[in-house]
Amino acid sequence: MSVHTRVPIDAASMQVPRGQVYTIPNRCKGCNFCIQFCPKEVLEFSEAINNKGYHFPIVRKGKEEQCIHCRFCDLICPELAIFTRELESAPAQGA
Amino acid sequence: MSSGAIVVESHPADTLLRAERLPHILCPGCGIGSVVHTYVDAIAASGIPQDKHVCVSGIGCSGRAAGYVNVDSYHTTHGRSIPFALGIATYRPELHVTVISGDGDLTAIGGNHFIHAARRSVALLVLCINNFNYGMTGGQAGPTTPLSAMSRTTPHGCWERPFNLPFLAQAVGASYVARWTVLHVRQLRAALIHAMNKEGFRFIEILSPCPTGFGRPNDIGDGISEMQNYLRRCVVDNGIDLRQTDIDLTQQDSPIYVGDFVDVDRPSFRPQVVQHAH
Repeated sequence: MSVHTRVPIDAASMQVPRGQVYTIPNRCKGCNFCIQFCPKEVLEFSEAINNKGYHFPIVRKGKEEQCIHCRFCDLICPELAIFTRELESAPAQGA
Repeated sequence: MSSGAIVVESHPADTLLRAERLPHILCPGCGIGSVVHTYVDAIAASGIPQDKHVCVSGIGCSGRAAGYVNVDSYHTTHGRSIPFALGIATYRPELHVTVISGDGDLTAIGGNHFIHAARRSVALLVLCINNFNYGMTGGQAGPTTPLSAMSRTTPHGCWERPFNLPFLAQAVGASYVARWTVLHVRQLRAALIHAMNKEGFRFIEILSPCPTGFGRPNDIGDGISEMQNYLRRCVVDNGIDLRQTDIDLTQQDSPIYVGDFVDVDRPSFRPQVVQHAH
């Protein structure tokens, strides 16, 4: 999905923010919007089910450091079941 | 350092919502929840105090929106959300009134109110969540059902020409006209913040997936397939001639034009009789 047509001249000095994913599993209805449209493909469906019987989003194994706090999963979630917060310190790796 | 997702009990936007009513009644894959979420996010970012916002909605799935937002809100009779909102906006001009309603409620049952509120340039922000059918009553064809689309009342395909809502809104005098989809939440958020701080009649059409009413009879599958459709077909063109923005779902690859189409300055409706009353 990531098609970069040009690179900003200050790309080397820019710090990409890092985010932490928070979820409210019992609100989720498994619509898949957050998982499908995460630009860093950080999320996947859980094995477990919530109290309505839906699989909810969890962070994919090995992608724990990849969230860039773009808030897209937060805004697009119809159920308000997921959000991110910016981590103050270290920048994202491999961003 | 950080592990997976941290499980919590509440969302930062819960203060702007009646969180005790969540999860809402809408189907999985429906886009109305995203619109409500983006709307409350825009309220927080608009710079206007929460108690100066008013939300009015009509009947239908999207009419539920007023029941979930934690601002002064009115769930009105079918098609009459704009008359109720007109009363508030005219007599209390310091309030920022938003109408959130569906395509059937706003442009079929309330179609006359819609065109005349726009003609008078009433200070309203109208969000039309267009899901191409009457979802709550079981998927009947409405004024925005595209040609040849299947629905409960058009089993051989819809043969009526649908409304082109941005063109209609521009023709009847809206000061701001935009069309986005539920996929374009960022652009929608920016459009909402911009429109909240404008005068006159502002109209935003939001295309939303309806997997139960529209997706199922049209073989679109679930909400995510409809979103992938928008991702593939939507073309952003802010300066397009609105006569060309019809939505044609008969051809798989015809573009759906989205964008901030019209942005002009028109003073809000302020009748002299109300000015004397204050």
